[in-house]
Amino acid sequence: MSLFGKLTWSAIPFDVPIVIGTVAFVAIGILAVLAWITAKGAWPYLWREWITSVDHKRIGVMYLALAMVMLVRGFSDAIMMRTQQAVAAGGAQGYLPPEHFDQIFSAHGTIMIFFVAMPLVIGMMNFVVPMQLGIRDVAFPTMNSVSFWLTASGVLLTNASLAFGEFAKTGWVAYPPLSELQFSPGVGVDYYLWSLQISGIGTLLTGVNFVTTILKMRAPGMSYMRMPVFCWTALASNLLIVAAFPVLTALFAMLLLDRYLGFHFFTVNAGGNAMMYVNLFWVWGHPEVYILVLPAFGIFSEVSATFSGKPLFGYRSMVFATISFCVLAYSVWLHHFFTMGASANVNAIFGIASMIIGVPTGVKIFNWLFTMYGGRVRFNVPVLWTIGFMVSFVFGGLTGVLLALPPVDWQVHNSLFLVAHFHHVIVPGVLFGVMAGYNYWFPKAFGFKLHEGWGKASFWCWFIGFHLAFMPLYVVGLMGMTRRLQHYDVVSWQPWLWVAEVGAVVVLAGIVCQAVQLVVSIRHREELRDTTGDPWNGRTLEWATASPPPAWNFAFLPRVGEIDAFWERKERVRSGQEPAAAPRHYEPIEAPRNSATGFVTAFFAVITGFALIWHIWWMAGLGVLGAAVTLLAFMFRPEGEVEIAVEQIAQFDRAHPVEVTL
Amino acid sequence: MSMAATGQDFGERELADVTEAGPPPKRVVVGYGFWIFLLSDIVMFSALFAAYAVLAKATAGGPTGAQLFDQQNVALETAFLLLSSYSCGLMSMAINSRSYFGAYLGAAVTFLLGAAFLFLELREFHSMIAIGAAPQRSAFLSAFFTLVGCHGLHVTIGLIWLALMMAQLAMRGFRPVVERRLLCFALFWHALDIIWVTIFTVVYLMGVLR
Repeated sequence: MSLFGKLTWSAIPFDVPIVIGTVAFVAIGILAVLAWITAKGAWPYLWREWITSVDHKRIGVMYLALAMVMLVRGFSDAIMMRTQQAVAAGGAQGYLPPEHFDQIFSAHGTIMIFFVAMPLVIGMMNFVVPMQLGIRDVAFPTMNSVSFWLTASGVLLTNASLAFGEFAKTGWVAYPPLSELQFSPGVGVDYYLWSLQISGIGTLLTGVNFVTTILKMRAPGMSYMRMPVFCWTALASNLLIVAAFPVLTALFAMLLLDRYLGFHFFTVNAGGNAMMYVNLFWVWGHPEVYILVLPAFGIFSEVSATFSGKPLFGYRSMVFATISFCVLAYSVWLHHFFTMGASANVNAIFGIASMIIGVPTGVKIFNWLFTMYGGRVRFNVPVLWTIGFMVSFVFGGLTGVLLALPPVDWQVHNSLFLVAHFHHVIVPGVLFGVMAGYNYWFPKAFGFKLHEGWGKASFWCWFIGFHLAFMPLYVVGLMGMTRRLQHYDVVSWQPWLWVAEVGAVVVLAGIVCQAVQLVVSIRHREELRDTTGDPWNGRTLEWATASPPPAWNFAFLPRVGEIDAFWERKERVRSGQEPAAAPRHYEPIEAPRNSATGFVTAFFAVITGFALIWHIWWMAGLGVLGAAVTLLAFMFRPEGEVEIAVEQIAQFDRAHPVEVTL
Repeated sequence: MSMAATGQDFGERELADVTEAGPPPKRVVVGYGFWIFLLSDIVMFSALFAAYAVLAKATAGGPTGAQLFDQQNVALETAFLLLSSYSCGLMSMAINSRSYFGAYLGAAVTFLLGAAFLFLELREFHSMIAIGAAPQRSAFLSAFFTLVGCHGLHVTIGLIWLALMMAQLAMRGFRPVVERRLLCFALFWHALDIIWVTIFTVVYLMGVLR
């Protein structure tokens, strides 16, 4: 065994022009950004204000930025696959060889679920939940920073596979026996496993953090049934994280033991059971769907109430629907593999359970519709995303009810019909929701609104392009086209796949519009400035503080007496029942110190992960040692929190007056 | 973070039906958060239990549990671990009454009993591997070593944690942060007992059923 384990120069794919070109392009991009930061002398600022920050708002913004970058990566994979399938018909082989195409579809799924959708919703929850609860930070601020940086470690490792070695060729689910050492001897599956183990620890800690925050740390008077619905959905999502992610950790540990130490959990010999992997994977995987989609449901609830100028219709039924998702999420996992060969009765039970999921979904859809009904709806960008979601999601949900019928599922299992279905629920259900939230809360984060025109252009490109891209996949799926085909003989599929290709290009235009929207908004920030802290006439507590909020969120913890406390207070001020502001007696606020723990832990996690992937045992040992020393340093660090002085708080309040104080 | 400063701007009208008092003390928040973490840990073990249950009969012609498990050794292990939980409880009481002697004594007894448990477990593993019943032999043995070994790894981490906490207690005394961590350690240690009782039942008792 050499000093660098399995790592040699041949691991760098100099002979694959597409890959090495991408690597060179990304490397130049990263170097340019680093050089720009150095030239601006921004390192101390970045270190102090962002990298070591334990402020939930900063961490939330970093999660969202990370996810947006990875969205571009995941989309690049998507459009490469669409292009390959558009051209590789009949005898044509297209431009991607099978071993490269296989890595692309695996990376696309892994990245979109774990490093786009997850950080998007976790970023939203980070930014919004503490402010909506009327508190100053999450329960464990330093742990929150550790969570973020471990997620970033997973991202780094996954992307490192582009330059060093390969990624998994197994699909994003990495089913054995294909993912076992015998059939996947390369480092691809190891990149997949270690990236997700490391980021999975971060996600689990996020779950622990937010469950504790929401159940224990609410503003005075905020009983459960006064919480904004977004906080309810965040609670449900994080409960599911706590209950589901440990299963994934255990599962991947078993596969790692198979691959590294010759265990026999899922091997084809010595009694291994590959179907156990599939079962356990979806015991995590189906709740994961609700982990992603529930926070987006919360965003749609906030947006439809705010922009209709009405309280959310059916608050209680919305809460019960949210919690029932939590329970039902665990009763349907088998519908991902009806073809496993369980008895007809078992399949029937899981089929019925899957259809029951439609009930709370229906409750939610009707609640949003009735919230808008009779309201004075303002058609801003967040509302467009919300309506676009409702139209698309109902369609995607209906194809899901079809797939929940075992006999139908047997016909279209693993076809592009399935691929179209799950994109049709996850893209509107998660991405549209986060886009609504991004446009809705951006002024809170940065103090100015996003440009409406480019936002609308982005929405329409996404909406039209998305349907153009996926409707044809239902058709070819019904025609018998299975998923993950590098090339195919049936030329009658090809026109449909060209339509899908056009759709992907229109989605690309949507992504470009989003980037333009951000640039235009920054350049015109003075015209788009929000000085009130409440640009949309909001209902919940995050609008009761300045935009952007101070590190301490609220100089005084708000007291909550009803649902939509901020809205009700504004109403009483408008009707003259209460004064807009009252004399304030400031008190100093204790805030947590900045901490490099998260960043340093993540640094060692990357070293350890990379070393384990390449079997560089001495380096893995050093990485673990470094992480342990970091943990010790955190344990024995000087105690105490920093105190924010009364003058600083008062000065901020004078400089950023809000219309109505809480 | 201080949660003392609250708004005075709301009228008394709203406060009449306020039932929630706002964020509780840090001790409550930390303890609660650690409970949530322990629940997640138990979920992880439940996945390992499920794997063991599926693979328990998959011996691939190799040795079975009934042939391998030494009930006497397991009984001693169980006794040591359950007694260590009792001494851990005594340590917690000593901490509550601010007794350094009681805390150190309780911690020392807990540590020794935990180390004795670990020694017996490693000896069992060693003797099994020596006769060819290694985890690579069959799916049953893979699942056995992973489930029981994962519990043993938790005990090891617990022992390191306990030693570090005693160092902290010596350096800093009974400060809130030290007390909170000792509270979490006690929760952790008792949770390992719960998992061991399940391992004892599912693996060792059911394993020798004919």
